[in-house]
Amino acid sequence: MSGAGGSRGRLHAGKFTQPAQVRLQAARSLRKLAAGGLTEQERDYTVTTMSSAEPTRRDFLYIATASVGAVGAAAALVPLIAQMNPDASTIAAGAPIEVDLSPIADGQVIKVFWRGKPIYVNHRTKKQIEEAENVDVAKLPDPQPDSARVKPGHSQWSVLIGICTHLGCIPIAHQGPYDGYFCPCHGSIYDTSGRIRQGPAPLNLALPPYEFLSDTKIRIG
Amino acid sequence: MSGHSTYQPQNAFMQWMERRLPIAGLVYSSFIVYPTPRNLNYWWTFGGILSFMLAAQIVTGVVLAMHYTPHVDLAFNSVEQIMRDVNYGWLLRYLHANGASMFFLAAYIHMFRGMYYGSYKDPREVLWILGVILLLLMIMTGFMGYVLPWGQMSFWAATVITNLFSAIPLVGESIVSWLWGGYSVGNPTLNRFYSLHYLLPFVIVGVVVLHVWALHMAGQNNPAGIEPKTERDTVAFTPYATIKDGFFLVVFCILFAWFVFYIPNFLGHPDNYIPANPAVTPTHIVPEWYYLPFYAILRAIPNKLLGVMALGASIVILAFLPWLDTSKVRSARYRPLYRQFFWAFVIVCIGLGWLGSKPPEGNYVLFARIFTVYYFAYFLVILPVLGKVEKTKPLPNSIAESVLLEGKPPLGAPAPPPPLAKA
Repeated sequence: MSGAGGSRGRLHAGKFTQPAQVRLQAARSLRKLAAGGLTEQERDYTVTTMSSAEPTRRDFLYIATASVGAVGAAAALVPLIAQMNPDASTIAAGAPIEVDLSPIADGQVIKVFWRGKPIYVNHRTKKQIEEAENVDVAKLPDPQPDSARVKPGHSQWSVLIGICTHLGCIPIAHQGPYDGYFCPCHGSIYDTSGRIRQGPAPLNLALPPYEFLSDTKIRIG
Repeated sequence: MSGHSTYQPQNAFMQWMERRLPIAGLVYSSFIVYPTPRNLNYWWTFGGILSFMLAAQIVTGVVLAMHYTPHVDLAFNSVEQIMRDVNYGWLLRYLHANGASMFFLAAYIHMFRGMYYGSYKDPREVLWILGVILLLLMIMTGFMGYVLPWGQMSFWAATVITNLFSAIPLVGESIVSWLWGGYSVGNPTLNRFYSLHYLLPFVIVGVVVLHVWALHMAGQNNPAGIEPKTERDTVAFTPYATIKDGFFLVVFCILFAWFVFYIPNFLGHPDNYIPANPAVTPTHIVPEWYYLPFYAILRAIPNKLLGVMALGASIVILAFLPWLDTSKVRSARYRPLYRQFFWAFVIVCIGLGWLGSKPPEGNYVLFARIFTVYYFAYFLVILPVLGKVEKTKPLPNSIAESVLLEGKPPLGAPAPPPPLAKA
């Protein structure tokens, strides 16, 4: 039996068919009906899915039912997808943290965690600050002046997200030719400002959102 | 289904696909043009409803499994976290818990339909037995799922049900400690129940495939209980059965939604909101409603081993139904005496369920015993005897005749004019 003889394969009950398409399929079915080539069931299915050239009440009912069904299906999908988003306890655990800066000695770097990410808080020495500032910004792989990476008036405090921008390892503090950070995974070298100087990392170390609550306390997040 | 599908794809891609993996043809012949008896009533929609509930339980279950922790110290709190912190967690939990109840409700109705209309008779014996297997799998899955929240009821249900196996002579105790993974219900038990609770629904899916396959080999039964003889006796599955199933599924979901949104804890036991305490058994310990009839049978027998055997027998006996019922007539429509015993059986089942929720004392015990006797007598005495002595009503000549003659003048009389159809 040739495929052109007609098929019910694409006539889905409930799917609105264009009047022209329906007429064509109806014509095919009627021919087959007349030729006696359909089973009773195929006849049933054909007859119930044929319609006239004008949209009928059946067409309206099909579209209305399918639309309401589609809205229902979409609505049912919302909670299933939304439940994977961070839940209330995770969001609460990711709330801002406060860090007391007073115990951090000159030149000391501490590591805190916020939202599961390591944060370096570096109490930079005068020498480190000067070296970070006296740099030809244009020659940097990711040009950024040091002033853009510290809070005004607090240039001795460098607060950085300690995740290498290459493939995500934690760089080691107080390492490398700039006394900054060195990533052991693939050899990226950062300065005390957290800017990439050598190695495969494309970007400077990211800055977390933070603000100074006082000279000795910051809130990260 | 017999032989090749009549599906003829027009689309070139579909023709290519059909030659290599004829899934579309399978769906076409099984669920679109599949010949369905034209006299099916709404009791036949529960198969589709059960398929939907299985999918719903799997989807909500998999999603809940993303947030649940199967450890005795963490499980209860992880469920509370789902209820309070996870986005829509409350909805997913209530859907899953009430979904289990709706699943069993649909299953029992489905089974009662089968018993009333003789759907278990030749050639549908294997279909029926697969159904009994599905019921057993559902019971196991439901039980293990109930243990997971690790509330008081969870823990003590686990203890009581696993202790049933200690009734087995000689090896009973070994089996119980093997099930527990320890000397009492504990963390190993919880962990393995979680694993099996995730696994069994997919086993159920596999057996459902066999169940539908067996169904399609024999064809559906119908309210008249006589096989389709000509094409006039059947209609295409789509759109008739599809829409009928879909409609009643929506009605069923309204009931489901009523529980989920307005009375989500009605079917549960408040004691399960108390974290499990191995030192204290709740005073009023009961399983969920869908196990109550079997629970009543278990408690009705005063002997431990015999009680456990009665519990097992009450389910296994269903598998023998095709051979216990000796009647040559399938449908209860034409068996007036059988019908009365059947409805008595339904009342007995519901009565056993109610009695299972009551404390085992006084008249409750008496009636539980009477009802248990009727339950087993129905299968072992009433059905075999009834088939031999009953005077059945005459069967219609065909399905089409039974449908067309309902309330109409007999064949040969002029048909009333058809109602004017609106354009």
